[in-house]
Amino acid sequence: MFDRDRWYEIWSSLAKNKVRTFFTAFGVFWGIFMLMIMLGSGNGLENGITYGMGDLATNSVFMWTRPTTEPYKGFPRNRRYYFRNDDIQALKDNIPEIGLVAPRLEGGGRQSGNNVIYKQNAGAFNIYGDYPEWNKIDPAEMVQGRFLNANDINQAKKVAVIGRRVREVLFEKEEDPIGKYIRIRGVYFQVIGVFKPKNMNFNFGGDKEQSIHIPFTTLQKVYNYGNIVAWFALTSQPDVEVSVVEQKAARLLKERHNVSPDDHRAVGSVNLEKEFKQMTGLFMGINGLIWIVGIGTLMAGVIGISNIMLVIVKERTKEIGIMRALGASPLKVITQIVTESVVLTSIAGYAGLVFGVLIMELIDKNLPEPGNQETMFMHPVIDFQVAVVALTIVVFSGVLAGLVPARKAVSIKPIDALRYE
Amino acid sequence: MIKFNGIHKSYQTGNSSLHVLKGIDLEVTSGEMVAVMGSSGSGKSTLLNIIGLLDVHDGGDYYLDGKLVKDLNETKAAQLRNKHLGFVFQSFNLISFKNAVENVALPLYYQGITRRKRNKIAMEYLEKVGLLPWSDHLPNELSGGQKQRLAIARALIGNPKVILADEPTGALDSVTSQEVMELFTQINKSGITIIIVTHENDIAHQTQRIIRLHDGKIEKDHKNGHFVPHTEFAKTI
Repeated sequence: MFDRDRWYEIWSSLAKNKVRTFFTAFGVFWGIFMLMIMLGSGNGLENGITYGMGDLATNSVFMWTRPTTEPYKGFPRNRRYYFRNDDIQALKDNIPEIGLVAPRLEGGGRQSGNNVIYKQNAGAFNIYGDYPEWNKIDPAEMVQGRFLNANDINQAKKVAVIGRRVREVLFEKEEDPIGKYIRIRGVYFQVIGVFKPKNMNFNFGGDKEQSIHIPFTTLQKVYNYGNIVAWFALTSQPDVEVSVVEQKAARLLKERHNVSPDDHRAVGSVNLEKEFKQMTGLFMGINGLIWIVGIGTLMAGVIGISNIMLVIVKERTKEIGIMRALGASPLKVITQIVTESVVLTSIAGYAGLVFGVLIMELIDKNLPEPGNQETMFMHPVIDFQVAVVALTIVVFSGVLAGLVPARKAVSIKPIDALRYE
Repeated sequence: MIKFNGIHKSYQTGNSSLHVLKGIDLEVTSGEMVAVMGSSGSGKSTLLNIIGLLDVHDGGDYYLDGKLVKDLNETKAAQLRNKHLGFVFQSFNLISFKNAVENVALPLYYQGITRRKRNKIAMEYLEKVGLLPWSDHLPNELSGGQKQRLAIARALIGNPKVILADEPTGALDSVTSQEVMELFTQINKSGITIIIVTHENDIAHQTQRIIRLHDGKIEKDHKNGHFVPHTEFAKTI
């Protein structure tokens, strides 16, 4: 294996036609390089999107009302209805599979112009009436202060948790917003916390940075919403599928609001678990495709090597004949040719691997930090294990590429090989 | 050393068969120096290739050093060639990118001898054939006679019992031919059997025995000294 003659022979046969050797090796190099680039990009896409999801509760479903499409119990179709406060308790009581219930009200969006004022500063922000449970479904990082709690709900306190952008617009840089009173649609609220959103890729109709959470009960009372609930966010118990909760909750809510059980459009819902499963499937599909295309490209390179080895073997027919006349066994000839092929593929493959990883690292370095923007692409790096697997495939295919020409070399009778010109 | 009992060999070319050797009975004892003669197509090269295990016979029995050669796989044949036989070819068949020492040492490489040791042995053999000053030259930097002497050194290095030479002087002028033949005679005196295929009368003349082949059969087999001009050869002149 470590005989100098052997490596000398490998070198001399490859160096005899440098251009040809280079272009042959380039096939494998490109195959591995492309595989690495694609795998890295696939990883980048997956990392980016999952980062954007943050720690959003994936076992959650969001439900809202829509005009009915079926007449029922004397009601006409196309009737508008609203979820109500007593639905909250009803959901908790009747569906044991439910984990958290977070009702929400929207107290006017920022489309309606400046709705929040502090001293001489004013801004247009989204106002949400929330339960403390909300922060467990779509968690935000508290930069200052705290999120809403049960006390705020029970006593309908006029307190507000504001997004970072809200703080920037309303307050001076050095000013501490905690404890200050801001005017939201004409009513004063005390700021109790500043938050930074974590799940940038999943918004509920507005930029989270520019939103304000106030207690659900307070919003209902102060702005005259009666006992209306705009929509529910529900989670399932740990070992229950969300779609079970989704179905049961829809059935219960329809029953409570005199909606036909066959009216599938009256309760709108988004099932996050389903979305996530689809996304995981998508990533798996992308990954599979990458491997198929990558291995295909690599195989094209390997077949190129095999072809060129065949040419080399043909050119060296006489030489191989001489060696066999002098006592080289077929095994010796085969190992020699296979080693040549493995050396060529390994060097080319390794170069492709290193170059591919380097490019991906470079892209990673120069990619801007995602911060609070929506991100689709992040950390496009290649797992070490994947690289090892790819390299193993390269070496293995090098053996395969060498085997065909090697067998051809020893299949000729030595005397015919000697006569070959 | 070599014994042929009714050896047959035919080549398949397309759908016609060419019968080259038509029952050869032959015995070459150890230490003999034999010339095989015959016009082209008489089967003399085929005979040599079968002796040298480079080709296989179709019928008859072949004993090499008392052992029956039958159903030999390539690995075993390679071993036998390496241990018992040395080859000298008309076209030298040296490996162009290896220098003189490396070419001579090649058979030892297949015996698994270390590089340092085999190069040392190779130098000894280069000295024997008078090529020591050219040890690091490539074959194309040598003259025809030097090349053939190099090839003979390579054939000798494995310590063979038999040396098989196929037209060893075919590509050489008469002076260098003579040098090569003197080398062969010397080697033969050390006890190695030599079989030379040639079509040159004066080359054959320097051996102890001449076997004449004609159309796949042994036409004449006689001790040297009773040289009879070849009828075919005379006709062509």
